[in-house]
Amino acid sequence: MTGAFRTKTGGRIDRQKSVSFQFDGKTYQGYEGDTLASALLANGVHLMGRSFKYHRPRGVLSAGSEEPNALVTVRRDGRRVTPNLRATEVALYQGLEAHSQNRWPSLNFDVGAINSLMARFIPSGFYYKTFMWPRKAWDALYEPIIRQAAGLGDAPTEPDPDVYLNTYAHCEILVVGGGPAGLAAALSASQGEGRVILVEDGAELGGSLLIERDALIDGQPALDWLASARQQLAARPNVTILTRATAFAYNAHNMVCVTERLSDHRADAQPGEARERLWQIRAADVILAQGAVERPLVFPDNDRPGVLLAEAARTYLNRYGVTPGRRVVVATGHDSAYRVAIELQAAGVEIAALADLRPTPSGPWVERAQGLGIKVLKGTAITGTSGGRRVTGARLSPLIGMAQVGKPDWIACDAVLMSGGCTPSVHLWSQSRGKVKWDEALDAFLPSEAAERAICVGAGAGRFDLAEVLADGAQTGARLAGLKTPPAFHVEATPLAPRGVVGAVPHDRGPNALAFVDWQNDVTAKDLKLAVREGFQSIEHLKRYTTTGMATDQGKTSNLNALAIASDLLDRPIPAIGLTTFRMPFTPVTFGTLAGLARGDLFDPVRCTPMHGWAEAKGAVFEDVSLWKRARYFPQGGEDMHAAVARECLAVRSRAGIFDASTLGKIEIVGPDAAEFLNRFYINAWTKLGVGRCRYGVLLREDGFVMDDGVVGRLAADRFHLTTTTGGAARVLAMMEDYLQTEWPDLRVACTSTTEQWAVIAVQGPKARDIVSRLTSLDLSSERLPHMSLVEGEVAGAPARLFRVSFTGELGYEINVPSDRGLEVWEKVVAAGAEFGLTPYGTETMHVLRAEKGFIIVGQETDGTATPDDVGLGWAIGKAKPDFVGKRSLARPSMSDPDRKQLVGLLTERPETVLEEGAQIVASPGGTPPLALIGHVTSSYASATLGRSIALAMIQGGRARMGQKLYSPSPQGDIAVTVCAPVFYDPEGERVNG
Amino acid sequence: MLIITCPYCGPRPEIEFSHGGEAHIARPLNPAALNADQWTDFLYLRTNTKGVHAERWRHLHGCARFFNALRDTTTDKILTTYRTGAPRPDLEGLTP
Repeated sequence: MTGAFRTKTGGRIDRQKSVSFQFDGKTYQGYEGDTLASALLANGVHLMGRSFKYHRPRGVLSAGSEEPNALVTVRRDGRRVTPNLRATEVALYQGLEAHSQNRWPSLNFDVGAINSLMARFIPSGFYYKTFMWPRKAWDALYEPIIRQAAGLGDAPTEPDPDVYLNTYAHCEILVVGGGPAGLAAALSASQGEGRVILVEDGAELGGSLLIERDALIDGQPALDWLASARQQLAARPNVTILTRATAFAYNAHNMVCVTERLSDHRADAQPGEARERLWQIRAADVILAQGAVERPLVFPDNDRPGVLLAEAARTYLNRYGVTPGRRVVVATGHDSAYRVAIELQAAGVEIAALADLRPTPSGPWVERAQGLGIKVLKGTAITGTSGGRRVTGARLSPLIGMAQVGKPDWIACDAVLMSGGCTPSVHLWSQSRGKVKWDEALDAFLPSEAAERAICVGAGAGRFDLAEVLADGAQTGARLAGLKTPPAFHVEATPLAPRGVVGAVPHDRGPNALAFVDWQNDVTAKDLKLAVREGFQSIEHLKRYTTTGMATDQGKTSNLNALAIASDLLDRPIPAIGLTTFRMPFTPVTFGTLAGLARGDLFDPVRCTPMHGWAEAKGAVFEDVSLWKRARYFPQGGEDMHAAVARECLAVRSRAGIFDASTLGKIEIVGPDAAEFLNRFYINAWTKLGVGRCRYGVLLREDGFVMDDGVVGRLAADRFHLTTTTGGAARVLAMMEDYLQTEWPDLRVACTSTTEQWAVIAVQGPKARDIVSRLTSLDLSSERLPHMSLVEGEVAGAPARLFRVSFTGELGYEINVPSDRGLEVWEKVVAAGAEFGLTPYGTETMHVLRAEKGFIIVGQETDGTATPDDVGLGWAIGKAKPDFVGKRSLARPSMSDPDRKQLVGLLTERPETVLEEGAQIVASPGGTPPLALIGHVTSSYASATLGRSIALAMIQGGRARMGQKLYSPSPQGDIAVTVCAPVFYDPEGERVNG
Repeated sequence: MLIITCPYCGPRPEIEFSHGGEAHIARPLNPAALNADQWTDFLYLRTNTKGVHAERWRHLHGCARFFNALRDTTTDKILTTYRTGAPRPDLEGLTP
């Protein structure tokens, strides 16, 4: 037995396969094919959650994705916990463990429910009005209380062990929704040549056909027709069917994002399995067959457990073999509730009364219900319910005119089914920026002008008659597929009048009655009334002030009623108040789906040099420089960074060091106009640079500010090897391409990124020549290979470009060899250097050494507002050149203002004090804020070579302040510094000559 | 995600491209001849169009070439794309 409310037969559950599951620690039985909601209802459990603000007991309202109440947490193990799932969509499996949310200590007894008694004191805008001051109360009182009292489920605390996939797909026709309209569209569209993808939110195709008992299609019961339609589609090679797949976002140019749930419905899903897959589908045409959502009635106490939507009850009955109660009151303004009542009565449920708001309902369904002896009360409003954690009675009052009611009558029941009619689901249409238009006859917003190649069909387009729905889908599919004659379907069905009611049900319960409009955010008709009274008129303002429609369900069941109530209060027609725009996602999407495989190690690419493994084996500490991993220092025997860097610095200055410079950006510039191109691009003059010579180049943006720097070596008259900063390589190449392609297409030049082609081994220090000469027969004498020159040849058996350059101020070489030879050559250099005390050093040491020499790092000394002259590079400008990128900007008067920030050195009074990088500089000590800031520290280190601290800084009019005493304010007080030239070591630059 | 038709490679998804700012702003042939206002115009002033906007794109992860596009900034529809150096096409006869 799986529950007292299970019918003997029927439904699409597998009655052979009983499964047990837990809800709030209690074990229940259900069947395979159940949802959590249907299985709980079968056990007579309606109470599934507590409401957001008032903590009122709530039952399940719907049977689908529109569910506002029954949000649960499903827990597989400590790491696989998913909050805020709709119980109506959680597939039941053996051992499922679900928990209710937003209650303490338990669902049945919730302390927070005291809010419910306080409801009249928690009106709309309560938080805005109350939680304002004092400031201190925010942290101590308001925040914790708000967080604790109003909330959804708890986010999991452990990393998610599951895998989330991502796939791109293309098709000619995408059909969203596998109900009758979508099926007919897919059946006809797939008769053409094009690829068709059919996406269905639920566990199986069929939509409303899955619960259809009345209609015949082509002479068959709907379920039989459905089975053959599914077979046909599955057999067609051009059709892809996705079930348990939610189209949640309609993006520009017909890209629809779909999340497919792969394993949540399986009992045997293992951690680390693929859990969900994100489909990014690009379609030539999109057919939206999203269907419609039933509207609740807005009447007092319409939120008691046991009050649910009529069509939801029909779904539970026909799809899951579950009845909502034993004695049911139906309250409606729409024909469909008659069909529900008739089918429930046939299943043995007593229909205590059917109250219809319409004074004179008529038609075949009304007649049939009356013929079956159902007590139909015309012109009757439901004006209340009784009960606590389950409804026990309904209050029915005869309507007097449009807005008044007469003496009420209480009718005992254990469930109330309500129906206000159907609201076409225009969510994805609205996301695509398609316009909607109010339809007077249907009381509905219908799709009008399209923004993308999208078409709505079926109930989503306001067509509710099955024959019309199938024809609409078939004709649309055929037209898009270019078929001459669409397939036709013959339908025999009892017609339903499409129109229902919108807005609040009239009642005599006084101003404080709680008639809920938005179940999930606890917004009542009274709240809307108050907001209008306080002056809110636009629906956008009403929505934000009352929060109606702003919950995770995006107001699927509430928006239209809220609009109608506002329209009534403001006495303006609904279209004049407007519909708010639906945003993605249609239903909440897991972060896993959005992140896909881009997490952990795969979050960002990691770039490693060919010598990375060697450095790792030597215990190097790495730092991230853009995407690169760079060895920062090589600690020995428990050294900290400071000690390691001091040792490495002294080794380079006194003997030699080896440094991995492979991450430098490298670009090869080739062509007859290569020199002319560099002339126009860099500030320097290049024409006279001889073959085999190098020059330090500076690149500006067109606004005159330093963008990048590097060494350019001339390999041949028409060939240059150029380096950029590690982080700037892509930027520089893109800028080169921009100018070559769009400004100077006449230049015959090709630029190729060669960053990853060359491994770069820097050998620096007085012993550098002794070491490198062991590995090559090239003439390394200063006559043949002076500072700032290069030669091609063999080094350590590998073809090499050997640069004599120095970023340390010492005699130095940079050996460029093909990347795949990098490690081998590196190891040979290390071996050759052993007897000379060659020491590996990292980027931290490199920074100290270059700072001792006053060499800038673009992005550290410069901040996008520094001219070459500001950072002491004015000498590099090719003054005779008529033009180069940025030259005109340098001529602006402000660029030569003597008070610009200029690069200087700073020496602290106490040699052991190391300034903080980024620290501000002021002219006089002891001031009170705000202080006049005249500059800032850009680089600051303890220099082992000099036995004291050094700093570089950008100071207003800095070069005119040599010897001045300035101050750096710090939490410990002002630090006195003296301005000096930015070159601290070997100012004559003789050491590079070796 | 937009579909952008590279004039050299055909329609491709937006992630293959990088945006290059407003089109048809040629770097002056002799910047030194420009006064401060003219140079400022070139450097900083853009039309910030609401509606059909001519802009540069680069098929970075494809042929790597720059080209121009006419895009309606209110709808994100790209009306046409054309090669760098070609004149801005007439809107007549273009449908989104």
